[in-house]
Amino acid sequence: MKNKNSRRSFIKNISLATFSALALSGCNSEAFDVFLQQNFKTLSKKEKDRIIKNLEIKYKEKYGKEFHVSDRPALEGTSFGYALDLSRCVGCRRCVYACVKENNQSRDPQIHYIEVLQMEKERGIDFAHSTAQYNPEKVPEKGYFYVPIQCQQCKNPPCVKVCPVRATWQEPDGITVVDYNWCIGCRYCMAACPYGARHFNWGEPNVPNEELNTEVHYLGNRPRMKGVVEKCTFCIQRSREGKYPSCVEICPVGARKFGNLLDPDSEIRYILENKRVLILKQELNTQPRFYYFFGI
Amino acid sequence: MNFFRFITGSIKIIFRGSKTYYTWLIILLLLILWGGFGYSGQLAHGLIKTHMRDSVSWAFYIGNFTFLVGVAAAAVMLVIPAYIYDWKPIKEIVIFGELLAVCSVFMCLSFIMVDIGNPLRFWHMLPLIGTLNFPSSMLSWDFFVLNIYLLLNLFVVTYLLYCIFYKKEYKKSIVLPLVLISIPMAVAIHTTTAFLYNALPGRVFWNSALLAPRFLASAFCSGPAILLILFQILRKTTNFEIKDEAIWKIAELMVYAMFIYLFFTIAELFKEFYSGTENILFWKYLLFGIGDHKEIVPYSWSSIIMGCTAFVLFLIPKTRKNFLTLNIGAVLIYGSVYVEKGIALIIPAFTPDVLGQIYVYTPSMTEIRTAVMIFSIGFLLFTFLSKIAIAIVFENYNIESLNPKIYSK
Amino acid sequence: MNCKIYKNIKISIIVITLYLILFIGCKSKESDNNEIDKVITENKEITSTEQSKEYAVETPPFSDGIFPCTDCHKNLTPNPVRRVLVDWHDDISAMFNHDSENRWCLDCHDFKSRDSLRLASGKLLDFKESYKLCGQCHGEKLRDWKVGVHGKRTGEWNGKKEYLLCVNCHNPHSPKFKELTPELPPIKQEDIK
Repeated sequence: MKNKNSRRSFIKNISLATFSALALSGCNSEAFDVFLQQNFKTLSKKEKDRIIKNLEIKYKEKYGKEFHVSDRPALEGTSFGYALDLSRCVGCRRCVYACVKENNQSRDPQIHYIEVLQMEKERGIDFAHSTAQYNPEKVPEKGYFYVPIQCQQCKNPPCVKVCPVRATWQEPDGITVVDYNWCIGCRYCMAACPYGARHFNWGEPNVPNEELNTEVHYLGNRPRMKGVVEKCTFCIQRSREGKYPSCVEICPVGARKFGNLLDPDSEIRYILENKRVLILKQELNTQPRFYYFFGI
Repeated sequence: MNFFRFITGSIKIIFRGSKTYYTWLIILLLLILWGGFGYSGQLAHGLIKTHMRDSVSWAFYIGNFTFLVGVAAAAVMLVIPAYIYDWKPIKEIVIFGELLAVCSVFMCLSFIMVDIGNPLRFWHMLPLIGTLNFPSSMLSWDFFVLNIYLLLNLFVVTYLLYCIFYKKEYKKSIVLPLVLISIPMAVAIHTTTAFLYNALPGRVFWNSALLAPRFLASAFCSGPAILLILFQILRKTTNFEIKDEAIWKIAELMVYAMFIYLFFTIAELFKEFYSGTENILFWKYLLFGIGDHKEIVPYSWSSIIMGCTAFVLFLIPKTRKNFLTLNIGAVLIYGSVYVEKGIALIIPAFTPDVLGQIYVYTPSMTEIRTAVMIFSIGFLLFTFLSKIAIAIVFENYNIESLNPKIYSK
Repeated sequence: MNCKIYKNIKISIIVITLYLILFIGCKSKESDNNEIDKVITENKEITSTEQSKEYAVETPPFSDGIFPCTDCHKNLTPNPVRRVLVDWHDDISAMFNHDSENRWCLDCHDFKSRDSLRLASGKLLDFKESYKLCGQCHGEKLRDWKVGVHGKRTGEWNGKKEYLLCVNCHNPHSPKFKELTPELPPIKQEDIK
C-alpha cells in the first residue's frame, strides 16, 4: 500500500514538476510553491499549517499588517440555517456594506455578496419586475417590499455539482466554500447558480489597506486574487467562532436570523416551526438553508 | 527515425508555396499579431477587459467554443454519407474531414483557455495530478471527450498520411475501427457540449430537451458548408476528384439538417410563446429586446434571415445545383450558425440574469481581437495541415522526393 | 401496584414540602417594607433567573435629565384626570401616537410611584423590564422577542446573547419604526471597468 502510494506521488511530483517548470520557468520559489499547491481538501494537517503560516507572512509583506488566518473546521453537530423576515426588511442596504467590509470584498471592481431587490407588493416575488438600483431619500417606499439575496447555502448545491476541479464544496456544517487557490476561474458555477450568489474577480481585487479585516478564514474572507470565484460563507470566520454573521449583527430592523438547525432551542428552529417560511425557486430542488419568513 | 523524417518532410512542404500562399500566411500572421496584442491586455489585467460581468458570466468565448465543437463534429460525420453513397474519394474525405476536426478542436480548447480566469491552473483538471470532478461535472466530461476526439483524429490523419508518405498500404484493421469510433465520438462531443448548458435548471433558456438535438442539426448545417467549399477549391487546384453529384448530395443532406433544425426551433418557439410563462422573457430578449434593450436583436434576426435564405437556396434544386448560389448558400448558413451559436445561444440565457436584472452584453474589442487571434491560428494550422495533406495525397510528395539521391540509386 | 402507590406518596410529599417552603419564604418577606417595594424586588428576581444567557445591551433610552421622574414629581400633586399635557412633556404630547384615542400617560406610568411603570393588573415594573408592559397588548410580539425572532440578538448564536429592549427600536410614545436613508445602490455592471 505504502509502495503504491509513493509510486503514485512520485508520478504526481514528476508531472507537476514538469508542468510547473514549463509554466513558471524564471519565477521565484515561493510562487512556484503556491503554483504547486494541491486542493485544500486533500491536504494534511501539517501541509495546511505550513501553507497558513506562509500566507500570514505573505500578507504581512504585502499589506504590512498582522493577519490571523484560521482554518477552523466545522463545529461538531452544527448545520447552519438562516432566516430573513420579509415583513421587516426595509431595504436600507446596511447589510450589503457590512458584508463587504467584514469579508474584504473588492471595492473596485465592486463585488457585493448581497443584492437587495425592491419588489412591488402587488406582484409578490417577481424577479423580472424587481430592481436593485432603487435609490430614494428614505426607505421603505410605499407599495414596495425588499428581498435581499445572497448565497442560499443550498443543501443540494448546483454550483458544487458542476465545478470541474472540485474547487468548491459543501462543508459538514452546510457552508459552501471555495478554495481560491484551486479555482481555475471557468465560471461554470456562476452559470449553474440560480441565485446569482457567486461573484468573479474580473480584475485585480482592490481593498483600501486601512479597511482590511485581518481576522480571516482560509476558506472565507482572506484576500482573494484576480480570476477566481468567491461567495458568501455565512461569515465562516465569525460563525465558526460562535459569532453571528456580520449581516445579522448590522441589520437595524432585526430582520436577519441565524443559528443551528440541529438545535431545537435556536431562533431558526422556532421560525421554522412557528412562522410561514418560503424558499426561493423551490422548484429547482436546491434546498436552500436560507429561509424567508413573515414575522407578522 | 522514420517518423522523424516524415515530420521534417512535412515541415519542408510548409515553406514551399506560391506568392498567394505566402500573402495568405502573412495576412494570417498579421491578424494573429493584432489579436495577440489584444489578448495580452486581458492576460495582464484579467477578464475585466472583456464585457463579461457577473450577470453575463459566459459569453462570446464560450459561444465560439460551442460553434467550433459543431464544426469539429460535423466534419467527421460527413464520412457516413461518403461511405453510404460510395463517393469515390472516401479516403480523402476522411483525411480532410479529420484535419478540419483537429483544427476545430484545437480552437475549441484555445477558446476555453482564454475564457478561464487562471489558465496556468489548467493542470487542476488533469486526472491523477489534479482533482477532476468526474463524472459529476459536465465540463469534465466535455474536457475528456474533446481530448480523446482530438487525439483520435490526429492519430488517424497522421497515420494515413504517414503511410501514403512511405508508399505503404495502411492497415484497414487499424483505421477502420478508429474511423468508426470517431463517428459516434463526433456525436458525443456535440451532445456533451449541449448537455453542458442543458443540465443547468437555473437557466431556463437552455433547460429544454431539444437543445442537444438542435445542436446536432445546426452542426450538420455549418460543418459540411466548410467542406463543401473546400472540396471545390481542392477540385480546382489539385487532382482531387469529386463528382458534382457528390457535392449536390452534401447540399441535399444539409437541407434535411436545416429542415430538422428549423422544425425543432419552431417547436421550441411554439411551446414558449403559446404557453407564455415567465420563461418567455429570454426569447423576447433575443428576438425583440426588452424595453430599450434591443442590442442583441440585429444579431438574432441576421442569423434568422441568413439561415432562411440559405434554406431556400439549398431547397430549390435549380439554385442547389448552381455553384454560385450553392456557395452563397454555404456561406450564409455558416454565418447564420456562427451568429446563432456565438451570440444567440449564450447571451439570452444570461439576460435577464437569474435575479431578473438586465445587463446588456456585446463583445468588447479585446474579446473580438482574441477571437480573431484564435481563428487565425486555427486557419494557419489548417492551412499548414492541408498543405501537407495535399502534397502527400495529390502531389505525390513522398519519402523519395525528400531525399531523391538515396532512393534513385 | 404497590410500587405505584409508593410513587404517589413520594410525589405528594415533595409537593407539600415545596408549598411549605414557598409559603414561609413569602411570609418572611411580607413582614418588612411596603407593598410596592416588594413587587419590584420580586420582579427583579424573576429577570435574573429567567434568562441566564441573555443580557440587555443598552439601558432604556431616556431623554437627557428626565430620569428619575421623582426628581420633579415628588413635589407635585398627582392629577389623575386625563388631559393633554401642555406645560411639561409637551414634546411627548405632540408626538404621541400609540393608540392615542384611547390611552394616555397613566395607562403605562404609575400614578403614585413615578419611577415605575404599571401593568394593567396594578403590578409595578422597573423601566428595565418595560417589555412586559408592551407584551400586555403585543403578546405575540413578546413571545417572538423572547426567543429572539422579533427584534435583534447579537453575540453568540450558540452562547451568550445580547438583546435590545422594545423601546430601543420603538419610541414607546410613537412606536412606528422610523424610515431610514438607504446606503448606495450597487455600481451598475456597465460602469465596472
